[in-house]
Amino acid sequence: MPRQNRWRRPISQRPPWPAVVIAAVGIAFFALAFMGLLWKVPWASAWHVLSAAGSRKALRLSLVCSVWATVLAMFFGVPIAWLLARLDFPGRGIARALCTLSMVLPPVVAGIALFYALGRRGILGQYLDRWFGITLPFTTAGVVVAQTFVAMPFLILTVEAAFRQQDLQYEDAARTLGASRWYLFRRVTLPAIRPGLIAGGVLAWARALGEFGATITFAGNFPGRTQTMPLAIYLAAETNPEEALVLSLVLVAVSFGVLVALRDRYLQSRSTPAL
Amino acid sequence: MSLDARVVCSRGSLEVDVALAAEPGEVIAILGPNGAGKSTILRCLAGLLPLEDGHVQLDNVDLDRPTADVFVRPEHRSIGFVFQNYLLFPSMTALENVAFGLRARGMSARQARSQAAAWIERVGLTDHAAHLPSALSGGQAQRIALARAMATEPRLLLLDEPLAALDAGTRSEVRRELQHHLRTFHGVRILVTHDPLDAYALADRVVVLQAGKVVQQGTLTDVTARPKSRYVADLVGVNLVKGTASFGVLTTPSGATVQTSDDVNGAAFALIQPRSIALYRSPPDGSPRNVWATTVTDIDPRSHRVRLDGPIPLIAEVTVAALDALALQAGDQLWASVKASEITIYPA
Amino acid sequence: MAVKLLTSRVVPAVTALALVAACASTTSYTSATTTAAPATTMTAPTSKGQITVFAASSLTAAFTDLGAAFTKAHPEVRVTFSFDASSALVTQITQGAPADMFASADTANMDKLTAASLTASTPVVFATNALSIIVPAGNPKGIKAPGDLANTTLKVVLCDPTVPCGKYAKQSLDAAKVAVTPVSLEQNVKGVVTKVTTGEADAGIAYVTDVKAAGDKASGVDIPAAVNVVAKYPIASIKSSTHHDIDAAFIAFVTSQEGQAILAVSGFGKP
Repeated sequence: MPRQNRWRRPISQRPPWPAVVIAAVGIAFFALAFMGLLWKVPWASAWHVLSAAGSRKALRLSLVCSVWATVLAMFFGVPIAWLLARLDFPGRGIARALCTLSMVLPPVVAGIALFYALGRRGILGQYLDRWFGITLPFTTAGVVVAQTFVAMPFLILTVEAAFRQQDLQYEDAARTLGASRWYLFRRVTLPAIRPGLIAGGVLAWARALGEFGATITFAGNFPGRTQTMPLAIYLAAETNPEEALVLSLVLVAVSFGVLVALRDRYLQSRSTPAL
Repeated sequence: MSLDARVVCSRGSLEVDVALAAEPGEVIAILGPNGAGKSTILRCLAGLLPLEDGHVQLDNVDLDRPTADVFVRPEHRSIGFVFQNYLLFPSMTALENVAFGLRARGMSARQARSQAAAWIERVGLTDHAAHLPSALSGGQAQRIALARAMATEPRLLLLDEPLAALDAGTRSEVRRELQHHLRTFHGVRILVTHDPLDAYALADRVVVLQAGKVVQQGTLTDVTARPKSRYVADLVGVNLVKGTASFGVLTTPSGATVQTSDDVNGAAFALIQPRSIALYRSPPDGSPRNVWATTVTDIDPRSHRVRLDGPIPLIAEVTVAALDALALQAGDQLWASVKASEITIYPA
Repeated sequence: MAVKLLTSRVVPAVTALALVAACASTTSYTSATTTAAPATTMTAPTSKGQITVFAASSLTAAFTDLGAAFTKAHPEVRVTFSFDASSALVTQITQGAPADMFASADTANMDKLTAASLTASTPVVFATNALSIIVPAGNPKGIKAPGDLANTTLKVVLCDPTVPCGKYAKQSLDAAKVAVTPVSLEQNVKGVVTKVTTGEADAGIAYVTDVKAAGDKASGVDIPAAVNVVAKYPIASIKSSTHHDIDAAFIAFVTSQEGQAILAVSGFGKP
């Protein structure tokens, strides 16, 4: 496309300067916080901290649990989102509120709630313990449960919006071609909501990774089993701020890396809408 | 393969009640204005919309019969549907689109793709097999949509305004191709269109639909020769007068009379060709027994047609020379006359 | 139903869980603090004001009562408390948190402040505490001695070794030559107490004062004096305080007969 004469460039192509200024301030706000970390990091002792077994255990546990939590959030969240988007049933508003409540509450409250539901003397937990010998507190599974509980709403909201935006005519077309409902869901619906699914998955993963309040309340704190990075950082912050700083930077770096890798193109649908 | 259907359903304020039957090898065109219910009928035949009453029977097998609580889901019917906006799956290539129906019905991916490739070759788009729908032109997309619908070899092929989304130039070319492909298809073919050219080129029989009801059926020639609806009359470009005839004299509900030379009684239509109408500045004194006082409401210089308002609204066609000679303007008072022998009258 | 559950449990639970008690114990302390003899009179403060006392979470009940009694005697003064793990409080004070006084669960944390020249007065030890095994009410698992905690089928919670009660617990267990595999390392002693009183854990090691404070929700199992630790609780005023006279009065009150009586009710020992 030929480069236009500067004087003649239409006003509509230039971004409005108030928006640019406000956005720049906002971006600087974020950048400043992370630059503060980078500035204060004791690079000399950083390696020593990182190679400590506790740090590696915490990081590994964080990554494993957050991925599991994301998978569970998707497994339960996609059907919930589908029902909320497609089916008009009585009490739908309440169902949606329930499923997104944990997003609004302070995480500690979520942890307490899980405690009294699934703890050894909890409503359901007591039967799990008595009949099956399953206990969730103090276990890695408990960490995953706590993370899933707080992360799922992010996925549900994003995916529900994607389902609502979907053009249902394509499903008609697929049905006339002989697609069963499951085949249709797999090959037409899921690809159509892919950007929303990915965005929702990333949000849920990020939330799970940073989860602290519910984890420490429900799952407790034990290195290698339930001590995730946020817990390790919190403990270190009291007694060894340097260690806390290094661990914080690691968490920031990992999260930043994943988010950057999730480039624009994965968040856009594969095609432009036909016709 | 035959179709026997009576579609009764309502869509919003429109109530559709249409009986449709197709003999083996017949191509039927459903013709009608927008909002007549044409697409609704197709959706009911496909099972995308359940019937409220009536039935759909394909090859003597009930697909939908509310009274007997029979409803076969669209995915279990042997149908192919070409949608008005094609609805090619945007994230799949042309080949994957065409193969979709085959794979959905259980065929292996490899086999489905090779069959799909054969279909794509048949519509002449092998070069575009790997393209996404967004990279296809309108005509190409239409052909892929057709290939996709036919690939599963359905017993009933439904086409919803297949050429409407194309521009005029592409349309005639694609129409020819569609004609060719439809002829090679074995099964019931039903297409919906508002363009009589489509009906002419592609269909054996035309069903004219207005406000959810069939107003006329027959070959296109028959239907256009003796239109029984304002819609077809406008399509063909003739004047249609509806009324009650008594020994060849048609009386309209408003009281105007049309003299014809045929002996027809009862509810009837009178067809007046625009070129049969003669226009006079003063009341003519001659043999034509039909003379009406009219006022000019509109003049179209391109088609040499003059719109007249009077006891019977008419459209008259005059030569260019005559237009100049008469120096017509809107609001002019004219006398229109037609010979009785030039008016066709037939029962409604 | 969920709402009722939350409101009936949230307040006490959140209060308990919000406290992060870091019991970072170090080696036995040197004579950086003095043991004061209880005074029988109180010096009246010479100004109005509000003081903020940062105190170890094990002092929650006792100091709240002390504060109420102090205010009754000195109506022009208001005392507010911030209860948390001693190590957490020290970090906050060194970062500049507005504390007038600091009462620690061990001398090691107080030493950190004196070493950084942040204390205005010489720390005074005003109470002692000892460890106790804490179990759910009725002692359902029948624990009798520290050695029973080694049973791997038991769910035992301890404080994290970085907080005073955790370090003390480790000391005590080492002395008793008992190896315990805890299921969780809580960040403050209140966390241990909550896990035990709700029945989630079968046993934990907390302070004697915590067992008393838990009332009928928990029972205690004594740890023999030979393997128990004596936790010394020092108090000092912070340099940045603007109410040194009120601070002095409070310290005097804490070490007075009345103050000591209040501490004894909670189960603290004499300094």
